[in-house]
This record gives sequence, C-alpha cells and structure tokens, in this order.
Amino acid sequence: MTTATLATRRPMTRFGRLQTIGLLYGLFGGLLVAYVAPNLDSGDKSFAFEPPPDAASLTFDPRTVVFATGVFFVLTAVVSLLGPRYERWSRAALLVSTILLAPLVVVLALALSETGGTNVVALTVESLRLGTPIALGAIAGLWCERSGVVNIGIEGMMLAAAGVGFTVYAVLGDASGSSWLWFSIGAAILTGGLVGLLHAVVSVSFRVDQIISGVVINLLALGFTSFLRSQVIVPREIRTGETTSAISLWPLTEIPVVGEQLFTNKPIFFGMFAVVTLTWLVLFFTPWGLRVRSCGENPHAVETLGINVIKIRYQAVILGGLIAGLAGAWFSMESTGGFQEGMTGGAGFIALAALIFGRWRPWPAFAGAMLFGFTRALGTRLQILDVEVGDFSIPSEFWQSLPYVVTIVVVAGAIGRAIPPAADGQPYERSR
Amino acid sequence: MTLPATGQDNEAHKFVRRYFDLQPVLVPICAIGLAFAIGSIAILAVGENPIEAYAELLKGMFGSKDRIAASLGRSTPYIGAALSVAFAFRAGLFNIGVEGQLLIGATVAAWVGTWSMLSDFPGLVLIPIILLAGVVGGGLYGAIPGVLKARTGAHEVIVTIMLNSIAVLYVRWLVGSQDPVILRDMTASRPQSEAIPDAARLPELVSGGQPLHFGFFLMLGLCFVVWFVLQRTTTGFEVRMVGASAHAARYAGVRVNRVIVLVMVSAGALAGIAGASEVAGTTGFLLPGVFLAVGFDSIAIALLARANPFGIVPAAILWGSMLAGAPLMQQETGLSIDIVRIIQALVLLFVAADVIVRTIFQIKRRDAEMGPLAEASMGSQWGAAPV
Amino acid sequence: MTASADRVPVLAAHGITKRFPGVLANEAVDFELNQGEIHCLLGENGAGKSTLVNILFGLYQPDEGELAVRGERVRFTSSSDAIAHGIGMVHQHFQLIPVLTVAENIVLGAEPRSGLRLDLHSARVRVEELSRQYGLEIDPGEKVENLSVGEQQRVELIKALYRDAEILIIDEPTAVLTPGEVDEFFDVVRSLVAQGKSIVFITHKLREVIAVADRITVMRDGRVVGSADPESATPQSLATLMVGRDVILQIDKQPASPGNVRLSVSGLEVLDDRGSTTVSKFDLEVRGGEIFGIAGVEGNGQRELVEALTGMRPPVGGHVEIDGVDSTMGTPRAISAHGVGHVPEDRNKHGLIGAFTVADNLVLNSYHRKPFARGFVRQQRAVEDQAVDLVERYDIRTPGILIPAEHLSGGNQQKVIIARELSRELRVLVVAQPTRGLDVGSIEFIHRRIVEIRDQGVAVLLVSAELDEVLSLSDRIGVLYRGQLVGQFDRAQASRDEIGLLMACGTTEPQAATG
Repeated sequence: MTTATLATRRPMTRFGRLQTIGLLYGLFGGLLVAYVAPNLDSGDKSFAFEPPPDAASLTFDPRTVVFATGVFFVLTAVVSLLGPRYERWSRAALLVSTILLAPLVVVLALALSETGGTNVVALTVESLRLGTPIALGAIAGLWCERSGVVNIGIEGMMLAAAGVGFTVYAVLGDASGSSWLWFSIGAAILTGGLVGLLHAVVSVSFRVDQIISGVVINLLALGFTSFLRSQVIVPREIRTGETTSAISLWPLTEIPVVGEQLFTNKPIFFGMFAVVTLTWLVLFFTPWGLRVRSCGENPHAVETLGINVIKIRYQAVILGGLIAGLAGAWFSMESTGGFQEGMTGGAGFIALAALIFGRWRPWPAFAGAMLFGFTRALGTRLQILDVEVGDFSIPSEFWQSLPYVVTIVVVAGAIGRAIPPAADGQPYERSR
Repeated sequence: MTLPATGQDNEAHKFVRRYFDLQPVLVPICAIGLAFAIGSIAILAVGENPIEAYAELLKGMFGSKDRIAASLGRSTPYIGAALSVAFAFRAGLFNIGVEGQLLIGATVAAWVGTWSMLSDFPGLVLIPIILLAGVVGGGLYGAIPGVLKARTGAHEVIVTIMLNSIAVLYVRWLVGSQDPVILRDMTASRPQSEAIPDAARLPELVSGGQPLHFGFFLMLGLCFVVWFVLQRTTTGFEVRMVGASAHAARYAGVRVNRVIVLVMVSAGALAGIAGASEVAGTTGFLLPGVFLAVGFDSIAIALLARANPFGIVPAAILWGSMLAGAPLMQQETGLSIDIVRIIQALVLLFVAADVIVRTIFQIKRRDAEMGPLAEASMGSQWGAAPV
Repeated sequence: MTASADRVPVLAAHGITKRFPGVLANEAVDFELNQGEIHCLLGENGAGKSTLVNILFGLYQPDEGELAVRGERVRFTSSSDAIAHGIGMVHQHFQLIPVLTVAENIVLGAEPRSGLRLDLHSARVRVEELSRQYGLEIDPGEKVENLSVGEQQRVELIKALYRDAEILIIDEPTAVLTPGEVDEFFDVVRSLVAQGKSIVFITHKLREVIAVADRITVMRDGRVVGSADPESATPQSLATLMVGRDVILQIDKQPASPGNVRLSVSGLEVLDDRGSTTVSKFDLEVRGGEIFGIAGVEGNGQRELVEALTGMRPPVGGHVEIDGVDSTMGTPRAISAHGVGHVPEDRNKHGLIGAFTVADNLVLNSYHRKPFARGFVRQQRAVEDQAVDLVERYDIRTPGILIPAEHLSGGNQQKVIIARELSRELRVLVVAQPTRGLDVGSIEFIHRRIVEIRDQGVAVLLVSAELDEVLSLSDRIGVLYRGQLVGQFDRAQASRDEIGLLMACGTTEPQAATG
C-alpha cells in the first residue's frame, strides 16, 4: 500500500558547505592534473628573494608544481567527502589549499609568459603595501560593527579624509614640506573622525537605517571632495605633492634577505601594523574593549548594568572614523601625492569584505586585507608580464578585476560560517 | 469593535486625504529646501553669490522648452534605475548594483542592435528586440547577487558593488579593445560601440544634444506596472511579505529564496531596460563610462520617493534636471557643477534622517506615513543565514 | 516578618505615574519594601509590574512621583544610579551576552583592572567566592551560551550580588524553571533573606506567591488595587483581586471523545540551526477530538518539533502522516493546504507582519487562493469582507480592519492569528505557547476556542512551557526532554510532581533525580 504524499521539497542533508567547497577544489585539481599541467611549456622558472643582481632564488619546473598542487586539491576533496568524523582534517586541508592558490596563480602566470622569474619578496611587500588601506579600513569597520553599528560608509570616510587632507596640504603647504605633510595627515585623520561622528549622529541618535546612513556618507563624500578638488586644488595647479618618506626600522633591516625590503617602508604602512596590534589588545584585554564587544552583542543587557550604550557606540564609531581617516591619508599623502575624484576605488567596500572574511577579528581581518592586497599586487605585476593563454593575451582589465572577483568569492564562501556581532546593524533605543 | 467606515462622508474624506494631502510630500520638500540652504553656504565659502547661482541653475533646468525637454530626457534613465532600487527595497533588498546592471543591459542591447541579421527589420520589430536584450542582460546580471544571497547569504550590498566595478572594467574592455576588436567602432576616434541601425532608434519628441525620446514614456509605463505588481498581485504581496518579515513569509508558505532571486532579476531587468532605452534613444551606441554614478543617484531618487513607484517620477525629474541644468550654471557663474552633487547628497541625508527635518520644521509624524519604506525592513545585518 | 511602624523601608516609591504613548502604565503607585522581607508584586500581564520595577531600577524615569532608598530621596537617571544605591535586578528575559564567559558577563560595567588591563583573573576568583557564599554553583570560565536556563539564572543573581546589592528585584523568575527547580530557587531566595537581603518578587503565579511571600501587593491596570496577607490569602481571592472579577481557574470542558488517529509521527529526527540533532526517535499519535499537551523546559526541541510538523524545518529522519497522507517532506504551503493549522510560538516573528493591515494578516497564508485572488490578481473586496467577518466572530478589538496589526494589543494580535488558523477546515491544529504574555481575558477566550475546535473532531497538539496550561487544557500529556518524548499520561493519571521530575531529568528514577 502506498500512502499519498504532499507536495515536497529536497530533504535536508548533511552535505554542507565544507563538502561543496571541497568538491570544487577537487574538480579544479582534476583540471590542473589532467589538462593544464600537461599542456604547459616546460622550462624552468624561478622565484627570487632579493633584487638582482646575484639574488637568492628558487628554481622549479612549473609543470611539476602545477601537477603537485592539483594532486593536493584532489586529496582535499577526498578528505572533505569522508564525512563529519574527519571535519578537522578537511578544514585544515581546505585552508592549505586556499593558501596554495596564491603561489599557484603566480606560477601559472609565469609559465604562460615569457618572463623567467619574479621577486616574491618584493611581491609580498607590495601586497602588504597595497593591503594597508584595506587593513585600516577593515579595522575601522571592526570598531563600528563590534559596537553594533554597520558601516558601509568607510569608503566615504576614506575619500573625505584623502580629499580634505590633501586640500589642507595644498592650501597651507603648497603640497610640499614634511611638517605641513604631517599636519595634513592629522587633518585627514580628524576628517575621518568627523565623518564618523556624522554616521554616529545619523544612525545612533536618529536611528536611521545604518546602511542608508552609510550610503549617504559615501555620496556626500564624493560630492564634497569633487567640489573641493575643482574649486581649491585644481586652480592651484599642483601636479604632484610630496608624499611621506620611507623610514628604516634599524635593527630589523639587518635580517638577511628580507629585512631590507620589509623594514624600509613608509610611516602609515608601519602605522597600520600598530593599529591592528593595538586594536587586538584594546578590544580583548581592556574593560572598554569588553564594553564595546558587549554593545555589539546585547545592548539592552549592557544598559541594565548602567553603561551608556549610546556613548560607547559614539566612541567606537568615531574611533573607526579616525582609523578610516588614516587610511584616507594613505591614498593622497603616502601613495600618490595627489587627489583624484573617487580615488579610493572601492577599497572601503573591499575592507568590509576583509572584515567579514576575518569574522570580525583583528588579525584574521588583517589576513583578509592582505589577500586583497595580494590580488592587487598580482594584478599590476601580471599586467606587465603579458600572460597569454593560447593566442589570447589576457587583457589588463581581467587582472584589475581580480580583487573584486575575489571579494565576491570570499563573501559568498565565508558568510554562513561567519557570525557577525548579534546586534550588528540594529538601531538601539534607550528605554525611558 | 469598529467596522470600516462606509458612509458617504467618509468616502469623500478618504478621497481628499488620498489625492489632495500634502503631508507625505512635506518632508521631501523641506529636505530639498534645507539642502539648498546649506549648499549656499558652500557657494558663499568659495566667494560666489548663491542666489545668482541658483537662478542660473533653475534657468538651466526649466528655462525654455528645449531646457525642459533636455531635463526630461536626462531624467529618463533615472526613472528606470530608481524603479529598480525601489522594487528591491520593497523586498528588503538593497540593490546598489544598478550601475552594473544598467551597463550590462546597455551593452547587450548595443551588441544585439548591431547584429547583421537584424539590420533589415523594421523598427517595430527591432526596438522591442533591443529593449528585450537590455532586459535579459540586466536581469542576468541582477541574478548573480540574488542567487548568491539566496544560496550562501552573501550580502547583496557588497556583491553588487563589486559587480559594478567588474562590469565597468569588462565593458571598457569589450568596447575599447582593439586587438581583438569586439564591440568597438574602429571608425570613431574614442572608444565606443558600433552604432545601431536608425530603424532601431527610439522616436524622438524633441531632438537636441539631450533629446527627449519615447523612452521617457516607456519609463512612465513601467512605473504603473511596478505599482500594479506590488499592490494588486499575489506576487507583489509575496515580495512585500519578504520585505516586511522574511520569517513570517516563510511561515506563510512563501518560498523566500525564490522571491529574493525573482526580485533581484526583476530589479536588474528594470535597470537593463533603462540602459537599453538610453542606447536606443539618446546615443545610438554605447559609450563606456556614460552611466557613472547613475547607481548611487538612483538610490537617492528611490529614497526621496520613499520607494513609491509614482513618487519616483517627480524625484527623478528633479534629479535629472539638476544635472542637466548644472553645466549652464557653471558656464554663467564659474561655479563647479559638483555643488549640485553636494546638494543632492544633502537632500538624501535629510530625507533618510527625516527626524532632522521634522525637528527643524516641526512636522509631526503620522502613522504609517513613511509608507512603503517603513513597511520593508532592510536587513542591515551582514550574512544573515539564508532563511 | 512584618514591618514595624518605626522602621524605615529600605526602598519606597510614592505616587509613581508613568505614561507611554497611548498607555498609562503606572498611575499613582505606592510601594514599600522593608529590610529582610520578600515582598511579592502580583498582577497579570500588562498590569504595570514591569514598568514599576524598571523605574525602581532606574531604567525608566517616572513622569510623577518619587523614590526613596532607606528614607533618603533619590533620583535615578540610569541603572548605574540604582546599582550605586545597592539595588540589583534579575530580569525576566536574562540580560546576558551568550558569546562571553560567565565571569565576563558578571564583571561587565564594574570591571576589576590592573593598570589599563582587564583583570579577568581576580574577576574569576571573586565569582568563585560569591558562588560559594550563596550556594550558587557556577563555572566562571564557561561561555554563557553553553549554560542551561537554571544556570543562567544563577549568573544573573551573582551579577547583582557582585555589585553588593542589598535589595534584589526578581522579575518572573520561575517562568522558565521546572517545578523542582522552582523549589530550589525558593530555597536560594530564603537563604538570601537570611543573609540580610531584601527582595521584591514579581510574578503572576498565585501558588508561588502564597509559598514564598512575606507580603503581597496586587496591581491591575497600572494601579495598586490591594494588598494581601499570605497567611490568609487563597488562590481564588488573589485571582479575583488581580483580575477584578471572579475568574474560573479551571477550564470548563467535556471529557474528550477521541476518534481516529489523525496525526501520526514515527521516529522523527530534526536538526537545529547549528546542525546538531535536537529531536530524535520521536513517536506520537494524536486522535481527532483530543488535545495532546507537550510539557517540557524550553529549549528541549519544542521549536524544532513544531517547525518539522508544519513544514518549516524538513526533518532528517522519520515519518509524519496526517489523515493517512505522508507529509514528512511537505512544504509549509502544502501542509497548510492539507488542513494543518499552526499557531506559532513567536507571534511577532512568524505569526504576524506588524506593518501589514489586520485584513492582510488574516489572509497571510491564503492570499493566493480563491476568493482572495483570481489568477495573480488579488481581490481586495473578498479580503476585506472576510476580515469584517472574522473580527466580529473572534472579538478582535481593533479600530478598523485596515489598521496595521502592530497597533493592536498582544491579546488581539494573538486573536488575529487564532482567527486565521482556526477559521479554516482543519484536520490537525499545532499550537505553540498560545497564551504567552497575554491577559487573563484573552487567555480564557483562546482556551475556549481550542477546546471548541477539539470538540469539532480536530486533533490538537499543544506545546507549552506553562505546565499549568498543559495540565488544564490537555486530554493526554507527554513530556519532551532533550528531544525525546519521555513519558505519556492520560490527564487523569498525570501528577504534577511526576511531570516536573520528567521535565527536569527525563526520568522518574529517584537517584537520577538527585544527580
């Protein structure tokens, strides 16, 4: 006898995200092993660790490397499909596979171009450099969101800071002279803080939807800085301004091979490491950090303990703004020495993706930022290499789009297991 | 217990309240006034006369028949783009991807328009095909954030912003690449796509540098369609349910993820048809970069109209005409057109944070006055797991 | 213990009035607490008890009236002022942060420091001291999200004691506890009094008041309507005072006449949001014309069970049959169309859309069917006609059918849901927490309706955390413990103590009960 059955849907299975991602790696690995590796040109390529001449280097055959990586990907897939008992192993394998993607892309690109090698330490330092504003932006977002305020206005905060900072520099110091430069960087940071204050007023006090408030900030910053540029900067005919000069952190520069390349760099670059470290210490090891975290989880509970939630959120959002301001200063006064319309180019949004990737924790968010820095650095590096697949020369737009594509992949892959602060995004109304 | 009033007086009263009530537009009007007031501070700060500047701006917006036509023409894509944002709003989704969807829609339309197999067809066949191409392009591009949101919970705000950048890059390549030549018109001096046949062009009512073409009325028609779908159909009811409470919608048997995908596809299609109508109406070919900032503008317009399809028309005309009039103001006064951008951002700020305006102008909040926007709750939370 | 005339009350409120938009929550309320007494504040939901205690704790500011602590006039602008005056509060809805540890939750806002650092070590030591002193066993390093409800309550108590509270306000503490835990909790409360604390105890449960109070104050409609002596008060007299009219404490219903099996569940297995098994090996049969009540402490799989039966959460194993039709993998819509009514536990999250009109909420799951839609086009007229009819039949008090549902009171909102779900052709009705937070009038109305629908031959599955509700409504009773049905009784054979024991430990074996 059969019973009648109602309209149904797919049963809920235990085939989860890990398995799906593992399977994707397996398919990709299979493709590498069966198709890509055999079709690559043989011929040794090398990774250098120092600028030429007589650089320390590592020479390898790309076919072997690609083949080995492909095999590892397939193994990853196998482990992840073994079932929940091997979950720890499959997580580890997936992590290693993901890290392996970076060298794989470099090796593939080298193999497909005429160039014989590339300096990987320089590539790493360039990644860190390009990741600097993203890491700062992610930390700015971290402070806001840990206190329960979503901030998609980081882009606008950076842009406003970059624009106002450079305008101050142009007006007061004619865009040269290091004392005015430092003063202007201070002005940029302050601008970020002021925009943070605006976000706090609109979204915390007036309880406007935080995403709308962020969009308004982005729009306002774009209009305001364009106006500043056309009314103040352009008439002064400043071509390029001075940028911050590099500093050497002496004993560290003596480290063999990497020391000189890594520890001779510009101040905001080093400042970023300080900001990440301090954020980590303050957030997890001070009473104020505990209060910020609590506000982002359960503001009502915090209020019953006599803590002023509104005040904590204001402090956190303004702090986030100040940090975003430093990131803005990087654009106009450390990197390029000028200000163009919309020069932040989406870095604020990428920073948010890094934050989500890092699950709202300082060091993982930093790692996420470096991932995006790497795709940027790789993009510029590979643009020069002229990579060809068959007869088709890969256009530079493809490499430029890499950070954006990676952002989407990361957000789609990381969310679901990334749990945001429980009260993130919810306006808080004090009981009266 | 009270039953709904059905008396004659009440019907009349309802009619008056419904059609002659200024209350709902009071806040936007005050917000616009306040934004101009603050904008004048910026103008004074750079040493210009705000009254003169605004007079020139107004002249540029509506000073003559041609200016009015240019303003309406400029507003046309904004209506479609803002409809796209508004429709997504009603499902609680924040579509920042209008720029990309519009661009992809326009690109597909420009590409299909140059198919040689179509070149002999009359306009009555060609125009719908080109518009449909825009719908398909924009709709597919809108499907990406929709599917990702439904399947993985990836927040549409980040995904659509990234897709905008990607679309800009790839369209630049498609239209700009010289080796291989893909869509580029090699006879033109700057990168642009090949022109579509004249028969495929939308009829113009008033010609000029910024023509007023049939697309404007197409957009007005779309406003009605969107309103009808939202207010009068079961699908629209489901969309509004998802926007108001995804959990309750699921309880009521709505397939929430399906609705999310459907809404994002429709939003993309609305943006895509706006892009196609620009290609077929205004230019006749695709110029990459021409739609820059349309995405953010459309958000502002949708908010200004409080996601009401009919409110979008005046809001978009205001927006488009300001942009159309600004160059004339710049010509006459030497003031940067960017002042218009500041004013527009301020308008959006005061509309979004209506508490500020209400406090300054002493306007009381009335129940359900925020209307459609208050009904939908934007899922501000990142990565809320798929429902 | 009674207050002597010359003693100053440790906490006093005089003439407290508090208005919220459209509501007078407190009107000229006087309240006094003496040293070392347990003063019970009794009143039904919405009587203004919570408003009063939130004022006492500084969370709300009164519009009129004044507070005094030990005879000294005070003004609280936030709860930190109240804490500084030695007042502590245990909230009805625990104010804890799940992802933080017990120690972090307790010290938050009064953190021990060493230099700039948060000194978590001394926080832990202090928490351990307190837990020993008051017999509140807890591991300070454990994360709160891993604690049981009873343990969370201990954390709340220690939180107040850590701040040296001399006056404790405890709001509805027993709603989430099993009968056994309630007795233990009363012991803790008495020992606190023995150590010199004074306690305000808020509840709407008559039995508890009589068991624990030294003094009783009754509130109704925002006013104090009387006080009672626990020695002489009876449940009936207190109930009458609380509601303002004679109340029938027992539901008047005929014995059930069960028919065929309509809902049959076998071997059901359901996962929770995190993917761990929450309901397992669940077997159940409910016949037409009977009410099967499921008792149990919240969080034992009730939510997942109800969601699985109504199609909102596909089970990973087992079968559900409704009138012989397999509905295991049915969609919510298909199951609803098959004649399963569902009154969800969270009316604001699932049951209603606050921004939609009453009329639209009444067709929330039938908007697509005739006569409410023809094809894709909605028929507003039919929707409104039905709304007018249901508003009258179910006594929904609303200014109009086109008013957003969020403007209705909780009781009337619940009536909208009841009207929607009960007015259809039903085979099975699944009701979760149907009267949570409602006033007595609405509770009586809803209970009557549930019995009526039973008498029409529908199989009713009632899931409630209120043991009293399960006991008074059900014809048969089962206890859900860690996702399994650990006991089934006919109402006549069910004893309160036995069910309480099952709720607490899943077994009635005495040695397991103590361990």
